[in-house]
Amino acid sequence: MSDTPALTVGTKAEPRDFGPLTTRMFVRYAGASGDFNPMHYDDTLARSAGYPSVFSQGMHSAALLASFAVDWLGAANVRRFRVRFREQVWPGDVLTCSGEVTAVEGPLVTVELTATRQTGGVAVGASADFLLSG
Amino acid sequence: MNAPVGARGTEYEMVVERGKIAEFAAAMQSDDPAYRGPDAIVPPTFLTSGALWAPEGVRVDVGFDRKRLLHGEQEYVFHGPPPRAGDVLTVVDRIEDRYEKPGKRGGKMRFAVVVTEYRAPDGTLVAEGRSTLIETAPKAGAA
Repeated sequence: MSDTPALTVGTKAEPRDFGPLTTRMFVRYAGASGDFNPMHYDDTLARSAGYPSVFSQGMHSAALLASFAVDWLGAANVRRFRVRFREQVWPGDVLTCSGEVTAVEGPLVTVELTATRQTGGVAVGASADFLLSG
Repeated sequence: MNAPVGARGTEYEMVVERGKIAEFAAAMQSDDPAYRGPDAIVPPTFLTSGALWAPEGVRVDVGFDRKRLLHGEQEYVFHGPPPRAGDVLTVVDRIEDRYEKPGKRGGKMRFAVVVTEYRAPDGTLVAEGRSTLIETAPKAGAA
């Protein structure tokens, strides 16, 4: 992160796409997190409950957004990460992650992060603090 | 069970494991070297997997109908560098807030904020999780 240029309010990260997302990715997240709600991998069950198909765990989209954020500001620097769950995410969706600096107080940088579906709908929004040293 | 504000669960132990961190990093499509090897640190949302370590009955029960339960927000706060592989954390839940709002189609939406504390062996608070849970209003006639 030492090559990161000075961050100021309004500085934006280079966006990154995740996807097209697959049920396999939802299964991988289920195993990693321990969230085995079958709505995220059992298509028959999801359809019988009235959904068009399985859908992603909200925390899976949050984890992808976190991946984007630490690439930008450093894994060791995170001090706060808050996500708000908005739209459901489906197999085939592409999530575009973007971020912008909203406050800088000494070494503490606050960013707003968004994971947006290809439809333009926001899947998850986040606010995060990173403590940048030196 | 409708545990009140201030209610606490029972403490349990979470061992931060490098294999689990690497598995989580793969699921978040991160190849960051900070998440690999013996000194791996935890990703921002990794502590959600701490529930795997919770024995039956130790977590607080907000008493919401699971069929109407939504996860509205999730926050993690780190009071220093993120925990790392090998750390042994003591974990406990508490209910920080409960409130209600009118539902969009009548009825009441109920909210509960559950804080999960993660402490080092010396008692230092190293991280906190904060979950906002929502119980949507019952459908007309269903209540």
